[in-house]
Amino acid sequence: MKFDIIGKKYWFFLLSAVIIIPGLLSIVFQGFNLGIDFTGGTLLDLKFARAVTVSEVREALKEHQLENSTIQLAVSDQIETSQNVFIRTPELSDDTRRVVLSDMEKKLGTFDTLRVEKVGAVIGSELTKNAIIAVVIAWVGMIAYISYRFEFKFAVAGILAIVHDVFLVLGVFSLLHKEIDASFVAAILTIIGYSINDTIVIFDRIRENLKTHKKTESFNELVNRSIWQTMTRSIYTVLTVVVATAALYIFGGETTKNFSLALLIGFMSGAYSSIFNASPIWVTWKEYEERKRIALKTSGSK
Amino acid sequence: MRWGNITKFLAVVFVILIASGYYMSPLATSIKQGLDLQGGTHVVLEAVDTPEAKVDEDAVQRVVKIIEKRVNEIGLTEPIIQRQGERRIIVELPGVKEPEKAIEMLGKTALLEFQDDSGATVMTGKDLKDAKAEIGQNKNNVVALEFSDDGAKLFADLTTKNVGKHISILLDKKVLTSPVVNEPIPSGKAIITGSKSIEEAQNLAILLRSGSLPVKVDVLEMRTVGPTLGQDSKEKSVVAFSIGIGAIVLFMLFFYRLAGFVATVTLVLYVMLLLLALKMLNATLTLPGIAGIILSIGMAVDANVLIFERFKEEYRAGKTLRAAMDAGFSRAFATILDSNLTTLISAAVLFFLGTGSVKGFAITLGVGIILSMFTAITITKILLKMLMHTNVFKNGKIFGA
Repeated sequence: MKFDIIGKKYWFFLLSAVIIIPGLLSIVFQGFNLGIDFTGGTLLDLKFARAVTVSEVREALKEHQLENSTIQLAVSDQIETSQNVFIRTPELSDDTRRVVLSDMEKKLGTFDTLRVEKVGAVIGSELTKNAIIAVVIAWVGMIAYISYRFEFKFAVAGILAIVHDVFLVLGVFSLLHKEIDASFVAAILTIIGYSINDTIVIFDRIRENLKTHKKTESFNELVNRSIWQTMTRSIYTVLTVVVATAALYIFGGETTKNFSLALLIGFMSGAYSSIFNASPIWVTWKEYEERKRIALKTSGSK
Repeated sequence: MRWGNITKFLAVVFVILIASGYYMSPLATSIKQGLDLQGGTHVVLEAVDTPEAKVDEDAVQRVVKIIEKRVNEIGLTEPIIQRQGERRIIVELPGVKEPEKAIEMLGKTALLEFQDDSGATVMTGKDLKDAKAEIGQNKNNVVALEFSDDGAKLFADLTTKNVGKHISILLDKKVLTSPVVNEPIPSGKAIITGSKSIEEAQNLAILLRSGSLPVKVDVLEMRTVGPTLGQDSKEKSVVAFSIGIGAIVLFMLFFYRLAGFVATVTLVLYVMLLLLALKMLNATLTLPGIAGIILSIGMAVDANVLIFERFKEEYRAGKTLRAAMDAGFSRAFATILDSNLTTLISAAVLFFLGTGSVKGFAITLGVGIILSMFTAITITKILLKMLMHTNVFKNGKIFGA
């Protein structure tokens, strides 16, 4: 006998809650480390000829009243100096930026400018607005399609699984204080796409099994059977995308690190929620309806 | 009959692999690369209202034209100048060496004015025919102006009326030079002195030649990726991409053996077709775009995994190889269609609502999903059928069952 996933569904719901709640608390109390794509501002990505420390860079910025800028070393694993430094300041005019850069060169030695970005605050708020609109429209589209091909209950269960994945990734990024930029939005939308794709495959099996469904088999048993029938595929598929994304995370450049990290967490969460949340939610709802129907019948016959 | 089928199968596989080995790399490098991969500057300009000049459709169109002219005059290669929405203009300058200077020139209004002694504007940049940077008589850097016919008359008139007095030449309301007129100048020529270097004189000449912007333009967004970082990202992405694909291929071969080999061949074909499609769509490949490709490859593999798993199930339930394979394809098809269409919905939303890199991601993902349905289902099916018709392989094990 295979392991009874549906029978233990409340334990899996609890596990999800335990994983997600710390992240949610962090979102509420600590918020996000939003990049200039959202807040507007200037980003300088410099590679100095010699390794520098954060406090050296901060000291050099003091003269320009920019000592409260976010300063990060590219290699942050307990190493206190690095040649590569990211500096995030409020939006600087072109002239100010030139002055700050030439002053830094005087104080800290020569550097190669890897990246300079300036984003107006208008663009930042537009990005947030557009991202939310995109997610809402994508959800409406998915609910419509799934309701049409399956049923509304499947659509809701699928979307709840997605909400699980999105909150998990958002929570982890808040907890780790990882920077959120425009590519993070793309990552979230990818995760949504993957998670629903993964969920649909299991729903599809449930739908197929429902056609030959015998009265002797409970919904619990049927869904359990469907999940196990698709289990090998679920594992293989998440393995391939995780391997491909992990390759991007480990071997890819600095600019894709956060993007691939978000995908990595999201894909694993997506695979988990498809198996342990989406179908169990559907069963719970289905059984609740069943009980209500029976209760109505019995009360009606009295 | 069966040797015929084997030859056919090998021939198709051979053609796919050879063609890919030969064309893959030139095809991949011929696709336009985003600034994040090759280095360069991305600028978003916005036309804004001022009390003097309100923004309208005509003004924005003229701004685009003038900026195009300036970019070309500066001599930048492969620039992209694009209108976005009502008031925005995106300028992409690949490989520009001194982005600061280029940006400064793009957004400059460059309104040239000639004022008489009393400060009344008599002529503007519109009366110019040409402007060139030159080294003047005293080895100083000057911009030589040549007026149009009407301009020459106006200038002759201006100098005649102001002999012994100051006239001023202003750029964006700042006085460039304010010489005393010694005698009337009927030749239609004049010079502007005061440029600190020949480059400064050249830049001024470019601005004057391309004309002044009809409205004020602000820099909303500016992103510059240095060539070192671009090259680094590109190389690392290629490595990551190769390792990812390599792992997937090993995985398919290990779990599905001969069927896995067929899937690998179609995967190679899929990557080729995807590159070809991107090339034909004239898409720009960015880092998020590469991520989109990786995800779509994952989904192509998923389609094959679904088919093969279903085949294994049917085969174990007692069907013959061919019947099991047919059932595997037809049952898995419905699943693949529903799951991929749902993902396609989000790719489509991203395409229509997203901008820049998000759009690039949506294009590769969307095109990838559509192509992968074709290769992972149709082509895999054709190749596997050929193999099965050879009657050589009778044991399900060799197909991973």
